[in-house]
Amino acid sequence: MYAYIMRRLLLLIPVLFGVSVFIFVIMRIVPGDVAMTILGTDATPESLAQLRKDFGLDLPIYQQYIQWITGVLTGDFGESMRTGKEVLPDILSRFKLTFELTLISAVISWIIAIPLGVIAAVRRNTRTDFGVRIISLLGVSVPNFALATVLILVLALFFSYSPPVGYVGFFEDPVKNLQIMILPSIVLGTAMAGAVMRMTRSSILEILRQDFIRTIRAKGAKERVVIFQHALRNAMIPILTIIGMQIGTLLGGTVIIEQIFSLPGLGQLVLTAITQRDFTVVQGAVLFIAFVFVMINLLVDIIYSYLDPRITYK
Amino acid sequence: MKQFLARLKQDKVGLIGFTGIIIVILVGVFSPLIAPYSPEEMFTDHTMEGPSSQFIFGTDEFGRDIFSRIIFGTQVSLQVGVIAVGIGAGCGLVFGLISGYFQGKVDQIIMRIMDIFFAFPDILLALAIVAVLGPSLTNTMIAIGIVFTPVFTRTVRAAVIAVKENEYITSATAIGVPPIKIIYRHITPNILAPFIVQITLALSGAILTEAALSFLGLGIQPPNPSWGVMLDASRTYMEFAPWTILFPAIAIVFTIFCFNLFGDSLRDILDPKMK
Repeated sequence: MYAYIMRRLLLLIPVLFGVSVFIFVIMRIVPGDVAMTILGTDATPESLAQLRKDFGLDLPIYQQYIQWITGVLTGDFGESMRTGKEVLPDILSRFKLTFELTLISAVISWIIAIPLGVIAAVRRNTRTDFGVRIISLLGVSVPNFALATVLILVLALFFSYSPPVGYVGFFEDPVKNLQIMILPSIVLGTAMAGAVMRMTRSSILEILRQDFIRTIRAKGAKERVVIFQHALRNAMIPILTIIGMQIGTLLGGTVIIEQIFSLPGLGQLVLTAITQRDFTVVQGAVLFIAFVFVMINLLVDIIYSYLDPRITYK
Repeated sequence: MKQFLARLKQDKVGLIGFTGIIIVILVGVFSPLIAPYSPEEMFTDHTMEGPSSQFIFGTDEFGRDIFSRIIFGTQVSLQVGVIAVGIGAGCGLVFGLISGYFQGKVDQIIMRIMDIFFAFPDILLALAIVAVLGPSLTNTMIAIGIVFTPVFTRTVRAAVIAVKENEYITSATAIGVPPIKIIYRHITPNILAPFIVQITLALSGAILTEAALSFLGLGIQPPNPSWGVMLDASRTYMEFAPWTILFPAIAIVFTIFCFNLFGDSLRDILDPKMK
């Protein structure tokens, strides 16, 4: 197992190297002069030259890359071209918000999706099943930005409620923090719930058809025990896959939701940096998100083997 | 095909999705005939008016007819969906066939490159590509096409590897049929089922991604009638003119819902285990 984890971690190196090269090159081929975009069209040639020198933009591209990646490997992601702030501390502080948002959304989606998916599978081909199938497809089909705007609209029109503005950390004021986070989490969680619900239904159905379930039933086990102790546990592997994929996607999906709810998370940082062409921030943040994304996938693979001892990794 | 249609007729949910898609396509194709006004025509005396007999979905802040903009927006969404998925599916098919059939080093190289793309959440990759290419209709389609290439490559590769193990492929190889002919004549027709299912699901994903990019101001640019652009524009005054946001939202949800309904049924119909 440890050998497998080590091998997977080693395999991540070329992927993350590829990601770093890709995002670095892509930011360098953005048309136009970045120094002029930052300083404005009336900047003097001297100040433009100084900025290029400060950020190494006057060096050949491969030298710029080596300089940047060497810094990244030693924990120095550079400074923002716009604000002059250190990139890594900014990413980490914003990641806390995005991570909390992702986590609450995921929990909301499990609370909705897993019980409904189980009910749909147990009552297959009934009206309940049909209803759950339609709800889950709607969950997948409603774009989170459309749901968010309509939700804000409905709350404002019918309940005269608007979500609180500004962000407070969970440990500073848990109640206010949850007040801020609950709406965006519901929006993200609903979209995720659709996919998890479908996967739960189909994997439970698959398991319920197997011989060992018939044996357990023949031994006189209660239906609740059959479903929750045997079927659900065995069905968790594909469910977990989809959850892992969804959590990764959520990290990207928060870009829009953070924008709508004015939350200063990682997604908003990336979006602002892209529109302002703040190279160092985009490179750092995207590399960081990609790192978290691949680590989540690895974590999902490791959890598999705990859920299903038949899976052994070599 | 006959068998497929017969199975589709039995699956009511799939049939509803299929009918919805046909309606969306017809609306897209016949937009100029259905829409009462041009999507960019401004009725300055009728700004932000609620639904009425003259403007059935109301008007926006410039006095443009929302119904006409949604109808023309269907054209934009379908165009993005078809071309972006065409790019993704085309590239994915070629890479997946090469990777799955030849395996070895070429497979390693292609799949490691795809791994790099898989390390990005979709919307983030699309944002990065659009940042380079600049926001426009064509660039949005290219960006979404690139984002979808890895998933098609992986789907096709997995199917090719499974089909390649069949005896008829070994026999064809043994009698000296050239690889190109084996891929074209024997492998491609046998991997179409998962490929088609992926196309249907990707179509809804492409329409969704376009709307999201346009919503963020990095996709299709105003005054083009994209549903995402309409949603974004109406956010500032949605409390005073809720119709400006409700109808584009319904259009997006309806279209994606129909594609997902159909894609879901198609997967069941084409999956050999379900037969």
